[in-house]
Order: sequence, then structure tokens, then C-alpha cells
Amino acid sequence: MKNNVIIDLKNISVKLGDAQILENLSMYIRDKEFITLLGPSGCGKTTTLRIIAGFLEPDSGEVIFENKTINGVPPHKRQVNTIFQRYALFPHLNVYENIAFGLRVKKMKEKEISETVKEMLELVNLNGFERRNINSLSGGQQQRVAIARALAVKPRVLLLDEPLGALDLKLRKDMQVELKNIQQRLGITFIYVTHDQEEALSMSDTVVVMDGGVIQQIGTPQDVYNEPKNAFVADFIGESNILDGKMLEDFKCSFSGAQFQCLDKGFGIGESVDVVVRPEDVDIVPVDQGMLNGTVTSVTFKGVHFEIIVDIGGFKWMIQTTDYEPVGKRIGLDIEPDAIHIMKKSKYSGLYGDYSSFSDELEHLSDIVEEE
Amino acid sequence: MKKNTLTQRLCAAPHVVWSAIFIVVPLIMVIYYAFTDKSGAFTLENISRLSDYTSTFLRSLWFGIVATIICLIIAYPLSYILSKMKLRAQSTMVMLVMIPMWMNFLLRTYAWMTLLEDSGVINNILSKIGIGPFHMINTSGAVILGMVYNFLPYMILPIYSVMTKLDNSLVEAAQDLGANKFHVIRDVIFPSTLSGVVSGVTMVFVPSVSTFYISQKLGGGSFALIGDIIEMQFQVSNNFNFGAALSFVLMILILICMAVMNKFGDTEEAGGVVA
Repeated sequence: MKNNVIIDLKNISVKLGDAQILENLSMYIRDKEFITLLGPSGCGKTTTLRIIAGFLEPDSGEVIFENKTINGVPPHKRQVNTIFQRYALFPHLNVYENIAFGLRVKKMKEKEISETVKEMLELVNLNGFERRNINSLSGGQQQRVAIARALAVKPRVLLLDEPLGALDLKLRKDMQVELKNIQQRLGITFIYVTHDQEEALSMSDTVVVMDGGVIQQIGTPQDVYNEPKNAFVADFIGESNILDGKMLEDFKCSFSGAQFQCLDKGFGIGESVDVVVRPEDVDIVPVDQGMLNGTVTSVTFKGVHFEIIVDIGGFKWMIQTTDYEPVGKRIGLDIEPDAIHIMKKSKYSGLYGDYSSFSDELEHLSDIVEEE
Repeated sequence: MKKNTLTQRLCAAPHVVWSAIFIVVPLIMVIYYAFTDKSGAFTLENISRLSDYTSTFLRSLWFGIVATIICLIIAYPLSYILSKMKLRAQSTMVMLVMIPMWMNFLLRTYAWMTLLEDSGVINNILSKIGIGPFHMINTSGAVILGMVYNFLPYMILPIYSVMTKLDNSLVEAAQDLGANKFHVIRDVIFPSTLSGVVSGVTMVFVPSVSTFYISQKLGGGSFALIGDIIEMQFQVSNNFNFGAALSFVLMILILICMAVMNKFGDTEEAGGVVA
């Protein structure tokens, strides 16, 4: 048996009509862990959460909570609580009664209830808000009430379904820190669902990257960023140049018509692979010293760095650099062995990692659509 | 506040004229008649004579309350079940609720007479299988049945309307916090749909209290309601002044009942058909 596992999902499949929502999903969650399910909308992350909460029964597979199968156990008998996407606070109750809801169901004494509510309001920094009407609160305050309400019943596991999605950027950053603090202070397992890769990387102990109802990769934030398993993960988390390459032998590969030293081994000789080079790992050098040469086609100032698109033999690379390079200039690229990451070919090969159609505006637009 | 534009005012004009002619003027006429005698002189005699009909007033209120409660008991779970059905089934069911409303009110009441009579359809069928006959027509139960049957759609529609708008994540949140089915209904679904209940109760109670004809046909004249008395004053006794006085007091009673009802509803957001 794995160590201190609190929730174990085994071969979960869910079908809605003709659509396969989850396909043979297996994963486990350790006690007191901050785990994030990360993926684009429709990847099955919320469905996974609803299965753990008990709102949805899987078509097949087992949900195990502390070594006991809990398939069929209704939500009100599970030791997990949920923070809903739109908070789902009771509009007919004030802040105090919202937080007290779960305690009243448990038939706690009024004195204990009022103590717990006070303690929870303190935890989420809403002292003195007891009598306030839910509809008079801002989004951030409602979010805090939702957190207080869920934590008041002392759950073993807290499920968070894109809880910060409706907040503005600044507030979102503050709440990220606060949530992480609360999690560490109370020692509760958090299962967090988001499509925001930055949020996932900065808050989690473990990140589960999902797409199309299938887990693509499970690992620490560093793992999934530095050692992505396939082109989907590499593209979804951070920016990546993903090139079609070949493994020549251990520690040696070729792509873009040149040979490179790398740190990867264990592939077949001459095997076709996907090569990932992160934009921040590329150094710009004079043309005569470059391992690869190309022409700058666009420059965008991002504050911390410039984002430069370079055309190398028809493939557009993204490079992040603090040095300004004008459009039209020919530059050389220097790529260190540890900047290269080799991945096996997958069904995602060739779909991602080329910036020829890249536009900031487009990416922004697709973000908005996703959130709706 | 922005001033209304001329177009807006022109668009509203027909409604204003309509309200003035068909609502305000009749109301003033009712009050005028209530406080005058046949010659047009001011009098309180009409009002003081009302005490003769105290028992009728009470019976009307009582029947209205019973009919409203029965409607609520039927309509509330029905609306909930309706709102949980597939969309296609929902529209079919709502249609079924509405269809009786397309038929004439008198016709529906006559239909109940032939059903309930001592030698009517129901007793005939019952006697075939060897039970009965039961005396059903001309009882207070028959009158209330008539009210419930006629006014039930007005209870179902507003409640159904708020039920469909009920945010399911609230129900899930309650379950999540440990609430069983009973708690969910009592602490979340009912308070969230209260505005629909208030609308429905108003729309059933007001016509039930003031109805006439149902009691004449299904009650056989032994359960005269205040609506019947008012009708009699205008149609038979030709005593417009006393009829107006009865209407006036009935109106005040209904206003008081509605004010009490709205006390329950005013913490809610507007919902239902009548907000």
C-alpha cells in the first residue's frame, strides 16, 4: 500500500451520451497534499472533482477514501467539502448563517457554532461581517465566505473548482497566497481544479495535467515544467518551441538541420522524437557563433523581457531575452545541452510548439472564451 | 433619474388611460356607492348592515384559505418534479396544466356537477364495482374541490417558474455540507422558491375568496360565499349600494391578507409571475 494515501481513484470512466468524459483514469492523492488538476476546459478535471465529491457516479471504476470504497455514498456522508466555481452561497442567509449551515445540520450547540463561525471569519479575514447580506459582498469577499463555510465543518479534503476564476488578477494573486497559507496551517488536503498553469505551478505540491479525459502527466510543478511527457504538456505549461527531431545516440540529437548535445538517453538510435526548447533557455549570439541562424520577424516588449519570434528555416521560434533585437536582423542561437528536453512522439506531435501563427491577441481571446 | 422621453411617455399613454378608465374610476365608484344610499346621500347604513353577513365573510375566508393550502400542497411538489424533467417533457406537462385554462370557467364547473352528482359519472362507475354511492355534490368539499380545480394552474405556474431558475449548485452546496434530502428541501429549496409561493398563494387566494358561481353550482346554494352575495345584490336585489359596500370590505380584507403575505416574501428577490 502506498504511504498515507487518502483518496485513490481506480480506472474511472465516465460517458455522457456519446462523449467520453473520463477514460480509465487512475490516480491517488496523499493526505495533506495540495494537488492540482490542470487542463483546458472540457478535459474532465471538474468531472473528476464531482466524482470525488459524490455528485456524479462513475460508469466504472472505484473511488477509495482511506481504504474504503465510497462509490454510491451520497455527498452529505462524505468527508470532503467543495468550494464551487460561483461560490453557491445561500442568498437567503447572511454571512453568519451561511457559515453556520453545515454546523446546524450537524446539530452543534449554538455556543460552539458561534465560536466556530468567529474562528472561520478570522481565518479568512472577514471579522465583523457576521450580519452582512451575501448580495452586498464583493466577489472576493463572497469567495472568502465560501471558504469559511466549507472549512467550518472541518473536512478532511477540500475540493476547489476554479475558485479564483471570477476574480481580477491582483485579487487572484493575493488569494493564491492566502489559500496556500490556509492549506498549510490547517493541514487539510486540497484538490484544486484550474486551467491557469501559473496558478497550478505556484500553489501545488503535485500537478495532474489532463486533456481529453486522460491524465497526460502527474508530477511536481518542476517535473511537469522541466520534463514534460509530451507535446501537449510542454505547450500547455509555459511557452515551448517543439521541434521535430531525431535521436542520433544517447546524449546526441538533431533538429532544425543541426546536431546538438543533450542530457537525454534511452531512446532508440535514429528514433523520431519531439524536442522541447523553452524560450527563456535560448541565448542570442552573433550569427557566426550560432548553432542555428535566423531572422527576427517580430518583437514584443513584455516588461521583464522581450518576446522575439525568429524564423529558422521556416519554423518560427519564440525566444525570451532581455536584449532588444530589431525586426529583420539575422541572429544566431546558442542552445546548451540542459536547455534541450527530448520527448517520445505522441498523438500531440506536430500540433503544438510552432509560433508561426502566434499572436498575443488571439491567445488572449481564447482565454476569455475558455472562462465563459 | 433620467427624464422620460416624449416617445416613452407616448408609449405609456394608452396604459395610463386604460388604468384610469377601467381601474381607478370603477374603484372610486365602488367607494361612492358604498357610502351613499339610493338617493345619493351620504350614509353609513350599508357598512353597518355588513355585520349580518359576518358568517359569510368568515366562510369565504375559510374556504379560500383551505383551497389555497390544498393548491399549495399539490402544486409545490408537482412544480419541483416538473422542473427536474427533461425539457421536452416539461413543456408538454406545462401545456397540460394550461389546457383547462383555455376552456370556459362555467363549462368546467358544469362538468364537475355531472361528475359529482348522486347519479353522476363517478357514482355510476363506483356502483358498477359495488361501492357507493357517495353524496358528493352540494357539500363544502365539492365547493373547495371546484376552487382547487379552477385555480390550481395559478399556483403551479409561478412556483414552477422559480423552480426552473433554482441554482442547482445551491442544492449541491447544501448536500456537500452534510444536509440530507429533508434539510435540503427545508433549508435551501423552500426559502429559495418562496417568492413563487407568495405569488401563487396570492393568485389563488384572491380569486378563491371572491369567487361566485362555484358555490352555487357545486354547493347547491347552502354554502353561499361573499362573491355570491355581492352578485345577488347587483343582479337580484338591485341594491348597488350594499353590493358596493360588500365589495369594498372584501377588497380591504384581501389587501390585508396580501400585505401579510408580502411580509414573508419581501426579503426575496423578485420572481415568479407576480413579483
